[in-house]
This record gives sequence, C-alpha cells and structure tokens, in this order.
Amino acid sequence: MEFSEHIKTANVEDVVLRQPLHPPGRGTLCITGHHLLFSDREEGSCRQVLLLLRNIDAIEKSGVCRLSGSSGTITIKCKDLRVLQLDIPGMEECLNIARSIETLSCLDSMSELYPFFYRPSSASLRDQWGLSSLERHYSQMKELHDRWRLSTVNRDFSVCPSYPQAVIVPKSTDDDMLEKVAKFRQGGRFPVLCYYHKKNGMVIMRSSQPLTGANRKHCREDEQLLQAVIDGSDKGYIIDTRSSQQALQARMTGGGLESKSCYSSWKRLQRQMERGKALQESLIKLVEACGEESNNMDRWLSKLENSKWLSHVQTALSTAGLLAECVERDGHSVLVHGSEGTDSTLLISTLAQLIMDPSCRTLEGFLTLLEREWVQAGHPFQQRCAHSAHSHARLQQESPVFLLLLDCVWQLWRQFPLALGFSEALLLRLATEAYASDYGTFLGNNQQERCALGVKENTHCLFQALLRPRERDCYSNPLYEHTELAIWPSVYPQSLQLWRGFFLRWTPQTHHLEEAQEEIRNMVIEWGKLALSSCPASTRRSEDVQNM
Amino acid sequence: MEHIRLPKVDNVRLLDRISPRRSRVGTLYLTATHTIFVENEAGVRNETWVLHSLVCSLEKQAATASGCSLLIHCKNFQVLNFVIPRERECHDVHLSLQRLSQPERPDELYCFSYKPNIDAEERRQEWDFLDLRADYRRMGLPNSLWKLSSVNQHYKVSDTYPADLFVPESATPPVIVGSSKFRSRGRFPTLSYYSKENHATICRSSQPLSGFSARCLEDEQMLEAILRSNPRSDFMYVVDTRPKLNAIANRAAGKGYENEDNYSNIKFQFIGIENIHVMRNSQQKMMEVCELRSPSMSDFLEGLETSGWLKHIKAVLDAGIFIAKAVAEEGVSVLVHCSDGWDRTAQVCSVACVLLDPHYRTLRGLMVLIEKDWISFGHKFSHRCNHLQGDPKEVSPVIDQFLECVWQLMEQFPCAFEFNARFLITIHSHIYSCQYGNFIGNNQRERTELGLRGKTHSLWSYLWMNRADYINPLYRPDHSQTQGLLRPSTAPYCFKFWRALYNRFDRGMHPRQSVEDYLSAIQEETQQLEEQLASHKQKIAQLEQKQEWSVPQKAVPFDKSPTGWTFCNDLANTPQDYTGGFFTSSPCQPRAPITFQNEESNKTSESILSNGSDQESGIADVSCRSPLSEDSTRDPDSDEAAYSAS
Repeated sequence: MEFSEHIKTANVEDVVLRQPLHPPGRGTLCITGHHLLFSDREEGSCRQVLLLLRNIDAIEKSGVCRLSGSSGTITIKCKDLRVLQLDIPGMEECLNIARSIETLSCLDSMSELYPFFYRPSSASLRDQWGLSSLERHYSQMKELHDRWRLSTVNRDFSVCPSYPQAVIVPKSTDDDMLEKVAKFRQGGRFPVLCYYHKKNGMVIMRSSQPLTGANRKHCREDEQLLQAVIDGSDKGYIIDTRSSQQALQARMTGGGLESKSCYSSWKRLQRQMERGKALQESLIKLVEACGEESNNMDRWLSKLENSKWLSHVQTALSTAGLLAECVERDGHSVLVHGSEGTDSTLLISTLAQLIMDPSCRTLEGFLTLLEREWVQAGHPFQQRCAHSAHSHARLQQESPVFLLLLDCVWQLWRQFPLALGFSEALLLRLATEAYASDYGTFLGNNQQERCALGVKENTHCLFQALLRPRERDCYSNPLYEHTELAIWPSVYPQSLQLWRGFFLRWTPQTHHLEEAQEEIRNMVIEWGKLALSSCPASTRRSEDVQNM
Repeated sequence: MEHIRLPKVDNVRLLDRISPRRSRVGTLYLTATHTIFVENEAGVRNETWVLHSLVCSLEKQAATASGCSLLIHCKNFQVLNFVIPRERECHDVHLSLQRLSQPERPDELYCFSYKPNIDAEERRQEWDFLDLRADYRRMGLPNSLWKLSSVNQHYKVSDTYPADLFVPESATPPVIVGSSKFRSRGRFPTLSYYSKENHATICRSSQPLSGFSARCLEDEQMLEAILRSNPRSDFMYVVDTRPKLNAIANRAAGKGYENEDNYSNIKFQFIGIENIHVMRNSQQKMMEVCELRSPSMSDFLEGLETSGWLKHIKAVLDAGIFIAKAVAEEGVSVLVHCSDGWDRTAQVCSVACVLLDPHYRTLRGLMVLIEKDWISFGHKFSHRCNHLQGDPKEVSPVIDQFLECVWQLMEQFPCAFEFNARFLITIHSHIYSCQYGNFIGNNQRERTELGLRGKTHSLWSYLWMNRADYINPLYRPDHSQTQGLLRPSTAPYCFKFWRALYNRFDRGMHPRQSVEDYLSAIQEETQQLEEQLASHKQKIAQLEQKQEWSVPQKAVPFDKSPTGWTFCNDLANTPQDYTGGFFTSSPCQPRAPITFQNEESNKTSESILSNGSDQESGIADVSCRSPLSEDSTRDPDSDEAAYSAS
C-alpha cells in the first residue's frame, strides 16, 4: 500500500502551530503516512510535535485571502480532546494537507495502521505478547479445578467469533452442550466464568442475552449449564443491564431474557444502563460543554446535567456495587448480561472485580484484568473507538464504554486513593491508546480478528510496554498500600466528580493538580529513601559490601 | 438551667438520615450547654454531643405509633432526627431546646460559661496572640503616605468601625468627619490593604448618601487623598459590589453610588454580588438538595443549579480577582463598597487579600485576615450567624461564602496554602458555636462593652496550639504556585460543590482514605528519620574516630506504611444503596460479612475523624465520630441496614 498517493504536499514551511499550554510556534509541517510532524525552527527551541494521524477526530479548515497571498487555517480536534491549530501559507498547500489528514486519519484497512509499522529500538517483536492467557489464568487458579474446566471448544472461533480460544466453564458441561448453548445466545456468547471469589467460592459469569424470541424458545443445555454454576447453593442472580421493558422488547427481534419458569433458581434483576449511541451522544455533549468559553455558571451546570455523563458513571458504579454485593455480602453467584454482552456487561464485571479483588488493584493486576475482560473477552474496540467526541462523521458503532470504565475507575481511585496501585496518568494513557495507538493491543474487535491480522507477530504489546521500569514509575501510585478488603464506592451524587484530568486535560488548572501529584510523588520517594537507609537490612547489606 | 423542662429521656431513637431504618436507641440528656445522646449498647460508649448554640432550627413532627419525631438542623450542617417515645416528652424537649438554642441576652452565650483550665495571664496572652497593628506594620504602615488616625477613638465617628484606622497622610480630621457624614453609618473610606511593592491600596467604605444629586466636598477630597497616596497612579477604581439595579434603587432612599463627574479621576465599576437575602435563600435551597435522601445525579445537579450557590461564589471570587489584579498588575488603588460596607465589602476585600498576598495563605495570615476584614471592620457576626434571638432576615451565610472561596482556591492551587480544609471547617464551626469570644457581637464597640477579653477565650490561640492538625502537607513556601498573585481560573467548571462542609456529617459520602492524612504521617516520619539519620551519622563519625567498627546496629523496624498507620477499619465500610430496595424483599439472610477488626486501627481512624475538635467541649466533631464507630464495631447491624436501604 502506498500512502504517498494520499500525500500531495508532504512539507510546508513557515507554518504556525497553536496548541494548548504552549506559546505558538513557527516551523515546518510534515505529513507522513501515519504522522503529522511539526518542528519548531525558531532559534533556541527545537520543539517537535509528533501527532499520530489516527488520533485526529475531526478537522475544520478556513481560508483567508490577503494581499500578501492566501493562507489557510486547519483546526485539528484530537481524540484525546486536544485542539490544535495550524496556520498554513498557501491555500492549495492547506487544502492538500487537509485532504491528506482526512484520508489518512481514518484508513479502513487495519493492516495499514501504524502499529504494524511501529518498530521501537527498545523492543523486539519476539518479546512476550500480552500479560497472560486464559490457559495460564486457569492453571494458576487451583481453587477452580474442582468444579471448573478449561474448554477449547472455540479453538477455531467457530462457536463464538468474539470469544477467545479458551474459556472456563462448569466441569459438568461438555463441549457438545456448549455448542448448543452458544446457538441459544446472541453471537454465540454462552455463559463463561469471569471471576471466582476465593473467600466464598461464588462466581461471576457473563454471556449475551438468550435468544428466546417471540415464541419463548428455551434451551435445556443453557438451563443445565446455569444449574451447574449454582450447584450446591440455593440460588443465583442474573443481572440484566437492560430495563424490563427493553428486555421484553428484545424478544421481538429474536432476543429475550431468562424466564422464571425455566430458570427457577435464578432471580433476575433488571438494571438499565445506557449503551451505544446514547452513550456516545452523552460524551459529545459533555465535551462540548467543557469546551465552551461561556462564563455562565447556570449554563455550565445545566449542560453538565444535560449531558448525563455523570449519571452514567453513577449507574455503572452502583450496578457494579450491586453485583459485588450479591457475590461478596449476599454470597451468591451472578450471571451478568445485557444484549450482546460485549459492553455494559464487561463494564460492570470489571468494576465489581476491582471492588472485591485486591489482586486486580495492582498495576499488573489491573492491566491483566483489562486484557482478560476487555481485549480477550471481545469488546469491539475497533468499532467503539473509531471516532470520539469531535467527529462529524455519522455515528455507526461508536460508543465510549471503555472511557466510561476508566472514568469509573478514576472515581474509585478518588475515593480510595491508597487502595489502587496505579496512577491517574495510567488511566489517561489508556484513554488515549484505546483511540489511537502505536501498539497493537487495542486493534481489532476480538481475538479472531487479531489472529487473522497477525497482531501478535507483527505489532508490539501496550501492556508489556507500560510495565517497563521507566513507565512503571510514572504509572504506579506512590501511595499504594495493599488491602484485602473490598472497596465499596459511594455513589451519592455528592461523591462523584467530573474527571477533570481527562475532560479538562488541556487547561492550565489541570496543570496545577499535576504539580501537586508530582509533589506527592517526591514526598513519598524522599520518605522511602530515608526509611530504606535506616532499615537494618539495607544497612547491613551495605556493610557487607564494605567488608568485601 | 431554668429552661430545661426535662433533663433526661430514655428510649430515644436517633435515626440515620440517609437510611432511616438504621437507628440507634439510647438516652437523651439536656444540659445547660449541650444535648447529649448516649447509645445503650453494651460495651460501647457512644455519645453524640450537640451544642445548643449550634442548633439552627427545630421541627417537631406529628406523633406516630413509634413516637414523636424531632428534627434538629444545626448551623454546622449536621441534621439529627430523634424519635421520642411520648409526645409529651417530645414537646418538653422541643420547648427546652427552642429556648436554650435562642439565648436572649449575650451573657447566656456559651463563651461565658466555657471555662478551660487557663489562668488570667494565659487568657491575656491568648487575646494578644493576634495583633492587627503588627499586620499593618508588616504591610509597611504607617509610612509617609498613610497614617494611623485616632479620629475614631471611642467610636465617635463611626460606631461600627474599629478604633484604629489608617487614612491618607493628607486626610485631615474635618475631611474625615465630613466624609463620614456622607456615608451610611459613618463608614468613611479607610485602608484595608496596602501593597508595599507599588503603593496601591484596597480601601473600603459604605455607600455615599448621594441620592439623586447630593455632593459632599469632603468625601470628594477624601477620595482625592486616597488617589494621591498612590503616587504612581493617576486614577483609582471605585467598585460597588452590588448589582447596578440595587444601587440605583438605593438612590431613592437618599443613598446610592458615586457620580463619576463629581470625583476626579475615578473609574466607577459595578460588580453584581447579590444581597444577604438572596444568599440566605440560596444556601437554604442548596442545603435542601444536600439533604435529599437518595437523589439521582440529575436531581442533584439541577438542584445545585437552581440554588444558584456556585454562581454567587463565582461572583465573589470574580470581584476579588478584579481588585487583586487592579492592585498587583495595574498598580491602581481601589475603593470597595456595597451598601453598609460590612458584608460584600468584607468578602471582596478579604478574597482580594488572599489572592494578593502569600502571607494570607498561611495559617496565621488567614486568622489575621479574618480578624482584620471581618471582625474589626464590623461584620455583624451576631446578626448574621443568629447568635442571639433576633431578626431572621438579618441572618446570612456571608462568611461561609468567604471560607468557600478560599476552599475553591485551595482546590485549584493545592500547594499554595499552608492550611488544609479542616482548618476552614473548624473556623466555620466556631464562628457559629459561640464557644470563643472572637465572633460575639456585631462590632468592636459591642465587644469592648461586653468585656469579652476578660471573660471569654480566643479561638485563634486554640487553633495555633493545635496547628499540627491544620497543616497542608503539600504546602511549599517556595513553590511557584505559592508566589505572588494567585491567578485562578473562574471558568464555571472550576467550581466544585464543597462536600466536606455541607455534607460534613454524612460520612458515607466522603472518600474512605485521605491522601492528606497519609502525607502528614509520612512527613512527620520523614522528619524523624532525618533526625535519626543525622544522629546515626554523628555516631558513625564518633566511631570512626575511635576506629571501632563492630558496634551492633540498633535495629530500626521498617514497615512499608508509616508507623501506626492503618486504614483498614476505614475501609471496612458497608456497601450502600446499590440495591434500590431489592434485598428487602429477598428471602435470603445475608451471611456474616467478612470484616477486619482490630482495636488499634479503630483508635487510629477515630482520631483521624475527630478532626482536632475540642475534646473538652465536645462540640460537633465528637458526634461525627459516632457513626464511624458504629460502622466498625457493629457490622452485622449495619449490614442489615445497608441491604434494607430505601
């Protein structure tokens, strides 16, 4: 594939770049197949701005004709919510650049994306890809082996295209049964284990909706599988992330819900969560409100309210709280699903695990959780993160579910600043990487697509990169202290806040807060150094060295 | 004591505001100063103390089968809901409290009966702790431009002004007296802040009695003198902090604002801050929203918007910024007034001072600032805080708004303030508690007449003695954020709802772990370690001299967490209302929850939450401790409560 055919003008001199938090700079603009490169040629400063074209959500162009010649201005709105402006001399150059950006920022073919070209000197393609696999997860969880097994019924992705090759299911269900159950669940997403609560042996399962349809079909194998899940317990809960009405309506289009008569030991709880287009529109409204220059308090509060974003945060956290409460406090197993089981289902199962399971709260633990519950479990990143809040393109499958997750995790981090092993910077980095990345981690919609593209062989892994020593320093929480306890978030409106770090990231106010974070890090480092130097073990070690 | 109709009631229930099914049974005592609720629970001594002077309103509801409910709203935003078994008893408690919480005479105020163990000499020192003249000296006054005037000794010129006032060197007593006759309540233009760097000043006054056309030569001379005292500037701002319409309406009553034509070289400016009545209603509306039992996000945000509270906070801060910039950046003096010059004027001058001068962002500095711009200049604390039975229309949260402005700034500049939010909240609490003499009375004259210095104690020295509780661990005097003029953003999204004040007693809403407390512990330990290290180094040096290397190391235990620091118990909170009532109908019995308990951590978290409250008087903060100990000590019960929520 030749990118050059999309690049009519590759270089322009004397371009002025305006970006938030920096004074304007004059220099050379250069467009490549994947990047926009700006180098400041002013004396003394050698600032370079390298922007992944994929990060560009929308551009707006305007032209001015002056006596001295025409020039054009391109406003670039990024998926990480940054807004840049380029003043380009020469109308034609400006239009060429704009056209190149428009085409190259949304290439359709995945194999042309930058991760397949990114070759950092610090890493090799032979490095380990990913942090864990379900096989490994299963073999580490000895407690599971009694009643649960690893099934490879989906080894060629024929049973469920959006599942990984291996899944964990009750031991008593064989692969034939699974195939039948898969036919009864949308997209083949039959119930699989996603979390085992060691304290009481209860589990969280997830799936998609059952395909009962208008004539209320049922499936014996599905019922048996679920019965096997609660074996020995009096009942289980099904948390359906749709309202009762939505669930009933889904029958008209072939979907449906678990009826009381067929699943007598299961109690269904309907908890409506916003999804799809409505969520995307909510993000658009919020970002618009944040970008507005208005000085009017009423207008801001009403726009914030009207965007409903914080309501979605509240709903997600309280539904996750309910799920965790069912498992941890009420002591029952839970099946979670909505319709497709790839969005709100993953959102609340992930949050519930963070609430209950301390091993998910470390930096590695959290990344492993994301890998398992989002990447491997088949959240369609490619579709959901194709565009962000600025895009003028017609909405298709876009929906900021992953961003909502990160926001909810940030709320948890605010309420339990010592309980999570990672920093806000990690959440911000993930929010950027999900939309535009050098790495292959969020490419594609599921494991099948990633296999077909050879993502593992041809790209680098983000999660591995985030755990390298230098990154680890920046992304870990200096205040982290392990706790075994569940961290129950408060979901009162008074307790939830706008995630300023993300939504107002490019304002100077956020900079003051970053300084404070830096100060905190320094304090802890200072204290740590002193504590170490007065620790007997280390002093003795240094003595040994001296004696040698 | 004669007002207590019933000193003790048994079998009273104290309901949890958020989940009313969760209640505690105990005995209610009425004392001369406090309402005390003692929980009857074997083994646990759980007490809730409420100072009578903090009671804001009482509501007795109709009797039901379970008893008669008495709802107490406090000025520190605590809400208590008691259910008293018999109507008669409830009636008596209600009447007693109504009288006790509304003293009629100043000598009934709590500060006159509050007797910590301090002798007369110490009391004198307490009151001498802050010295306003010292603060003026710090500003560089008096100097060749400004002098200390004795014109208001014995409060003859303005009975609501302090005795010590700074006026321009050229202002003669006839000019001052003449000007004072042309200003409401005689509050003539006088100095509030002087900038050493560029001679620009903030002056304050009340509105001129200009009506539609009246003039006063002396007042014009007074402003001229102020302008001349800033040699580098050829004009000054006159800022009227009222909305223009209000100011115009005042003209009909013979008051009003300065006519630019009559005064030479002034630039006149309106800044629309609403009056005390609007502010009172706004806070009331906001508190209604805060007290909703299970509001949705939309209910909350809509309610917050409708209350207008944040809009008013922004207006005050905007005004402060305007003045601070005029002084620091333009080097232009500003005269600020509203109507009487003791509400909005106090807010705006003190906010501007916080922005201008890093000193006012320190512990001692903020105390001095409140002493100067609020107490000495006659903010009517007694009326505004309803210390004595009086006109409800005089009550207004003007000082609350100042404290909140400071808090909003702290949120934007986490390293710029020496004190923490707890400091502001403690000050807020004591402004209303009447425990200390500082905020009693409406002006200096009244305070002198009441003999407060000899009969009551000063909050400032109490705060200073306990300053360790109020230090912001992130404060760096040398940090770039801390230097010179603060330039906050007043974009609407920068204003937050102050949960820690307005929902202070709803423990479940607050973060379960505090970064600040953790950092304070680290800071303290770092200091200790540094000292230890220094002493080790010294020892090593000594040993090296003796050339003895085989001395056994003294073991220093090292733990990842700062010594004695446990948050575990705080974490063992209960899940809240995620269920929307579902578990109520559930036949299942919740199993015993997994909890983590140990006495040590119990103590730690208690001391964290007691917020440096005054242990002797046991006001306010003590009661905020009780819900915590309940959570941590009686989990099975709280478990049940959480499930049956709503």
